This record gives sequence, structure tokens and C-alpha cells, in this order.
Amino acid sequence: MTAAKSPILRVENVCKQLGGKEILKSVTLSVNKGELKVLIGPSGAGKSTLLQCINYLIPPDSGDVYLENRKVELHRKAELYELRQQVGMIFQDFNLFDHLTAADNVSIALRKVKGMSRKDAAARAMQELERVGLVERASLYPAELSGGQKQRVAIARALAMDPKVILLDEPTSALDPELVGEVLTVIRDLARGGMTMIMATHQMDFAQALAHEILFMQDGAIIEQGTPAELLAEGANTRTQDFCSRLSNLCEELC
Amino acid sequence: MPYILQGGLVSLLIVAGAMMLGLAMGIPMAVGQVYGSPFLRRLIGLYVWFFRGVPILVLMFLFYFGVFELLGLNLSAISATALVLGMTSAAYQSQIFRGSIQALPAGQLKAARAMGMSDSQAIRAVILPQALRLSLPGWSNEYSIILKDSALAYVVGAMDIFTRTHFVASRTYEHLPLFIAAGALYFVITLTGVKLLAALEKKVRIPGYTT
Repeated sequence: MTAAKSPILRVENVCKQLGGKEILKSVTLSVNKGELKVLIGPSGAGKSTLLQCINYLIPPDSGDVYLENRKVELHRKAELYELRQQVGMIFQDFNLFDHLTAADNVSIALRKVKGMSRKDAAARAMQELERVGLVERASLYPAELSGGQKQRVAIARALAMDPKVILLDEPTSALDPELVGEVLTVIRDLARGGMTMIMATHQMDFAQALAHEILFMQDGAIIEQGTPAELLAEGANTRTQDFCSRLSNLCEELC
Repeated sequence: MPYILQGGLVSLLIVAGAMMLGLAMGIPMAVGQVYGSPFLRRLIGLYVWFFRGVPILVLMFLFYFGVFELLGLNLSAISATALVLGMTSAAYQSQIFRGSIQALPAGQLKAARAMGMSDSQAIRAVILPQALRLSLPGWSNEYSIILKDSALAYVVGAMDIFTRTHFVASRTYEHLPLFIAAGALYFVITLTGVKLLAALEKKVRIPGYTT
């Protein structure tokens, strides 16, 4: 897991206001090849907005995105579509295409966007479904899959596009607790395989074990960043640690 | 009686023409109204407002004796009726489709965009296949309405079910049995069409999907 030096994706000074409220206050972040960066922070901190500003699903008010050190001219459609092909996205609520089978969910963009033949796209789809352990579910529709299976199909769908980076927006937050593991396992394997990822999550154990860097967001800004060891060490006295211990205290109180 | 049954074919032709024109115009109008520029949305809104606001009978006279005449279009009574009913139906159908598009979760378009699809690719590959399925019950309703409105073909002299029935009745003075027969014919055509559309709805239903 050696990370190359130059950032594969860099976001500079992203600002976003929604309804007169500042959601993002000039956020800058970059990620190197093979790195997993984890965004944590309280609800409403702007994690989701930040991720969606990166691929322009939410157009930022200002700020630049650089892919492999090249500035992406986001107002130019062709460059924007190209960026989105290379930056995959996993959503909290999966957003699988409800009218398509698992296999077609994975293959549709290969055909429509990459212009692959139906046959090649279908073969590639099976390959990606195999990677997430769902070959035998290929012909089922989203409504026939469990939450964990849906999210794994969504991951296969993103992988099929051969993205350089994958953005994950709380991929396990909508799942029943017993289904979280199967999705995290897939993401862990991706991380070990060297996939570059930025992931917003509340799964602190996962972040601690696998993240190269944790970014703590609050009120639209990254207020702390560092390796899990730095931020979560005993007595590190960071906001991150405070937040995490409050999370786990809450768990203990409730359970 | 065969004479009136032949009118059934004429009525069916008018309805098919009107439904198809309404479909061909209604889908782009719905897409334009949801995703279009404010100007386009306003334009479509005006169209819908006009065709929904004016009685079809008035539209028939307005177009057949007014607009088509003015444009020098020499249309048969059948095509003219289909055209006017089709333009009216487009207004109604566009609202059926618009409702369905807006009923889809926003995440569907978001996910399609996130994979690099252009909006038009996303609309064709993801939005419309789902929205059209949702539209089928409303569309079946629209079919039965148009079929009945097609009797207005009478005013421009197209030889549909109603015109022929009226023609025979005014010669034979057997109004009651003839119009009962005509009514029954409309009823059978409506029922058949609605059943066929219900079967289509069932056929294209997405497994496991309930909304």
C-alpha cells in the first residue's frame, strides 16, 4: 500500500451556500493514489454536500476540482461527464435503477456512456458482480435484494466504470446492523486492493483500522485531519477523539 | 348494422391517431416541463392551459373551419378530428407523464448523472422507462376519455360510430335500439382497450417493486 506522491484528486476552496446558510466554507482536500480518506463529523457538517460537490452533483458556488493535477472545467459538459466516469459514487440509499436487474444496473452505463456492446457490457457486469459476491443474484431486481446486497450491486456498478477514485457517502448508514459487515468487507477488500476512496462514515472502528487519514468536519469546514493514530490516540485531546468517545459512550448507554 | 360497425373502425382510427400524437407530444412536453428552462416550462404551461381550458367542441370548430383552413391544410374529417383530439390529449398526457416523472426518487437521476450519463441519456435510459410504467393507469383513463370524445367527429362529418348511427336513425326513426347498439359498441371498445392496457401494465411490472 505505497501511495504515490502526487494527488490523484484535489479539491480546492469549495464553497457552497444553500438557502442562505453556508454549508461548505472553503474546503480543500486531496487524496493520493491508493489512499482511503475518511470523513467524519456530526450530521449537518457538510460531508455529503462536499462529496457531491466533488463530482458536481451539487454545483459548488466556487472552488476547483483537479483530477491527476489537471483542472476540470466543470462548466464544460464533456469534461464534467468525463470526470464523473472517473470518480465513482456510492450513495447512502443505494440509488439502484429500480427497473433494471442487478446485472443491467451494472452494465447500463457501460453501454450508454462507454459505448460497449451489450455482450461485452454483460460480461463485464458479471465479472464485477462476482467481485462483490452476487453472481447468483444477477437477474434479480433491486426490490428483490436486501439492503446489503443492493449496496454491493451499487459498488459493482461503480467499479465497472473503472473509476480512479470512489466517493462513498455513508454507504452503511441505511443498513440494518447485521448487513453492515458484508458491505464493509467489500470496501475493505477494495482498500486493500489499492482503490482510492473518500468515504463519509460513522463506522469508527472501520476508519481506525483502514483509513490513511481521518478528516473531521464540523460546520462546513475540515477542522482536524491526521492519521487515525494521531487523532484517536489516548489523550490526544482532539475533537475527533471527543466525538468518537461520545459516539461510543452513547452506544454503551443504549445497549 | 355492418354499416355502424364500420364506423367502429373509423372511431378506432381516430382514437389511435389521437393517442399516438398525444404520446409523441406529451412525453417531450413532460420532460421539458420538469427539466427545461423557465421559458420552455412557461411555453408548455401555456399550451396545456389553452388545450385544457377550451371545450373540445370549440377546438374542433376553431381548427377545422379556422386554423386548418387558414393554413390551407386540406385534411380529411378523420385526420382533422384525430389531430385536434391528439393536440388536446397531448396537454392531458403531458401532465400524466409529468406526475410520474416527479414521483420518481431524486436519487435515480443523481445516480445516472454520477456515472457520467448526460441528462438526455439519463432521461431515456433511467427516468422514462420507470415513469412510463407509472403512467399506464392514467394513460388507460385517457384512452377511454378520448374514445368517447371521438364522437365529436360528428361535427366535421367524419363517418365514425356516432355519425353513422345518427345517419341511420334519422332515416329509420329507430333511435332507441340504434343508440343502445352504438353505446354498447363504445362500451365494448373501451373495455377491450382498458383490459389490454391492464394486461400490459401487469406484463411490464417490475418484480418485487411496490409503490
